[in-house]
Amino acid sequence: MPQTQNGLMERRIAEILIQELKLENVTPDTFDVTTDLVKELGIDSMDLTTVVLVLQGEYKVKFDEDNYPSLTTVRAIAEQIRQLQGTVS
Amino acid sequence: MITVRSLLDDAWHHRYQKICNLNIRSSIYDVTNTCNLRCKGCFFFSSNEHLTGEANDVATWETFIDAEKARGANLPILIGGEPTLHPDRVEAFFKRLPTFCATNGLIKVPRDRFPQMMVGISLWGDAGTEKSLRGKDAFAVSSKNYAGDPNTYYLYTITSQQLGRVETMVRRIRDIGVKVHFQLLSNDEGADGFSWSPAQLADVRDELDDLLDRYPDTVISSRYYHEVLTTGSMLGRRFGWQECPSVSETHDTRNPQPRRLIRFRRWSADLKTTHRCCTSATRDCATCKDGAAHMSWVMVNKRAHIRTARDLQNWIEVYEMFAKLYRFIPW
Repeated sequence: MPQTQNGLMERRIAEILIQELKLENVTPDTFDVTTDLVKELGIDSMDLTTVVLVLQGEYKVKFDEDNYPSLTTVRAIAEQIRQLQGTVS
Repeated sequence: MITVRSLLDDAWHHRYQKICNLNIRSSIYDVTNTCNLRCKGCFFFSSNEHLTGEANDVATWETFIDAEKARGANLPILIGGEPTLHPDRVEAFFKRLPTFCATNGLIKVPRDRFPQMMVGISLWGDAGTEKSLRGKDAFAVSSKNYAGDPNTYYLYTITSQQLGRVETMVRRIRDIGVKVHFQLLSNDEGADGFSWSPAQLADVRDELDDLLDRYPDTVISSRYYHEVLTTGSMLGRRFGWQECPSVSETHDTRNPQPRRLIRFRRWSADLKTTHRCCTSATRDCATCKDGAAHMSWVMVNKRAHIRTARDLQNWIEVYEMFAKLYRFIPW
């Protein structure tokens, strides 16, 4: 079944996380987009800063640093990118 | 995908959940440049960090602390010099933030003025060692001042001279109803006979593990902490400048940046100068035995420990140790 735009974005975010943070034993296809990145994967604010820089370049958006704590899952990150792009209906 | 949940059973996961939401942003503050002891091996004086000026007006301290709070600091760790020489400055912190005060214990913190303030008393060994390194048996005084105090622990800086004799002091601390935590002397001043050999470090690790097992209600520590502190190794990495998490952010030009304490700074008593790290710029990082630096090294490297159940349990135990020492969770 073809992926939706949202699904494609989530897959790409998962791919960036895996690449930038050198996550092991996971692929973009097996990444659970609802997994809590901080509590379950141990991703900290330094990791998030690294990932955000890449996301900002790729999606041409600017994350507000005060909103970093809300970037808890791949799905939440995708949602925030869509909001910043003004594509959330 | 390896997740925390996939590595932990329910009991360990419950322990993890108790600490995983703590958002601690510690910084260290030299409250004063003076002390009522002059100990051999004290980095503060051997590094000349006491030669900065000192803000004397309490209102200046209050304004500074408010700015620190706005900067995100939420756990001030007061050192010096001897902080209790200036209770007004200590009080300025205590009224604003949960505060930890390191002291040699010679002056009793008045509990009516500082109820539940966390106090850590420095201890360097038994009476003979204390007299040799500090000029007096400080424990004889501090143990009277703080006996039975539920918000106090001894930070026992173990020297190589204490090998095989640590239990003596642990028992005395237990007998006065206080807790104890360990670190090792880094011997910044190169006092004769106080440097560590590899064999001594292995022996002291065994000794500390044994004391943790036999005095679980008194010793606040963990086996993994003992391992990291005595070997200087963690997950195959060596402690040193390139790994230390306790470098002031104002001095941290390392590239690549290691995992570090977010927004950490160590402030001089002039409230303008920041020092390099939680100890002193003259210390050789490769031989540093500072307990807090090694503890923090483990804590900031959480993701590296999400590898096996044992690794993650080790991380949890060290984090719990920290959280107990600063009273974020009960003893």
